[in-house]
Amino acid sequence: MTDDDTRLTTEGLAASGKGRVLVIGCGALAREILAVLQANGLTHVDLACLPAILHNRPERIHTALEDAIVKHRDTYETIFVAYADCGSGGRIAEVCARYGVEMLEGPHCYSFFEGNEAFAERDEATAFYLTDFLTRQFEAFVIKPLGLDRHPELRDAYFGNYETLVYLAQTDDPALDAQARAAAARLGLAYERRQTGYGDLAPALARL
Amino acid sequence: MADEDDDIILSELDDEELVAQMHDDLYDGLKEEIEEATQILLARDWAPYKVLTVALVAGMKVVGDDFRDGILFVPEVLLAANAMKAGMAILKPLLAETGAPKVGKMVIGTVKGDIHDIGKNLVSMMMEGAGFEVVDLGINNPVENYIETAEKEDADIIGMSALLTTTMPYMKVVIDTLVAEGKRDKYIVLVGGAPLNEEFGKAIGADAYCRDAAVAVETAKQFMARKHNQMAG
Repeated sequence: MTDDDTRLTTEGLAASGKGRVLVIGCGALAREILAVLQANGLTHVDLACLPAILHNRPERIHTALEDAIVKHRDTYETIFVAYADCGSGGRIAEVCARYGVEMLEGPHCYSFFEGNEAFAERDEATAFYLTDFLTRQFEAFVIKPLGLDRHPELRDAYFGNYETLVYLAQTDDPALDAQARAAAARLGLAYERRQTGYGDLAPALARL
Repeated sequence: MADEDDDIILSELDDEELVAQMHDDLYDGLKEEIEEATQILLARDWAPYKVLTVALVAGMKVVGDDFRDGILFVPEVLLAANAMKAGMAILKPLLAETGAPKVGKMVIGTVKGDIHDIGKNLVSMMMEGAGFEVVDLGINNPVENYIETAEKEDADIIGMSALLTTTMPYMKVVIDTLVAEGKRDKYIVLVGGAPLNEEFGKAIGADAYCRDAAVAVETAKQFMARKHNQMAG
């Protein structure tokens, strides 16, 4: 499990080459996408993922995505992009429009997991979100890149304005709940667990 | 820094060595060393403004350049900023007493719906270091906070920051309101934040997009110089 997550974080996931539809997504969504594909019997859909760590460098996603689309577009009839805007400032949408491929709606995975409409209604400025993947990879995505392992005194600079860590749970896993709760404690934030399932991701993929 | 620096006694260094050491210590985010060295230079009758510019701002410029070039990352910049802030806290009251030059006044804040303030705080600090008076509105600011404060403070510059692609469009609300109230030309409007770019700055009608704190300072200085030239003309 951890090995898989580490690989998804740094390398992503290669396409298997089987199927006529390819989903190109974020490595942080790999398990969730595979679960939805399996639940819906979508055996004609293949999956390729970009390294999940691009989550921390959103300005780099669109170029990596474009490379992946160019690499695969002659092999598959249809490509679908499993990214929302994800902090790219519209650049992911521009790439998708240029190649005529569809993508997920919404600002980011926190929003589409909860459901874009419900997420927007909450209007939570002081919530810091984790998903199943980010909970498992909390050290690699939060603690280490922010230097909190070496300099815990920087906690206030990063998280002083946040109030609550909201764990958006895709699965019902008490171990992940405990990990997310511990993450909240480490950041000095209140904790809330919200069961979202796959939210808007499921219907978007089921249409493929 | 390396172990050999453990033995350095700051007070035994001459001015030039001490300033070079301060640049190293800023780079390494050594707050207490910066505080001590700042006090030493003041005790040697350095003017507070000279300590600020020659020791602190010049040292922070190296940090800023290395951040821009991908050599340093956010944690290191924050540690350096904390060290610089500690030195500035000593200098600030003295700067006011000794009549350090005032370049202009800026009202700055993170826009409504956004609580991220790391970049905004760095800009505030570097603007102060460059001789600007800064009124920091903090986070989550509605349009009226910017405009009312800029009016009350007779500011030259309004600075807006956002980290989220969902909140950055609010900058246009502020600029459009300035236009609607006939106040747009009174202020230099600078915008910044990770998801922004020059194109966005232009599209919303800002005077400039500033990629980082160093660019914000340089841009603000240029606009202030132009403003003075226009007034003189």
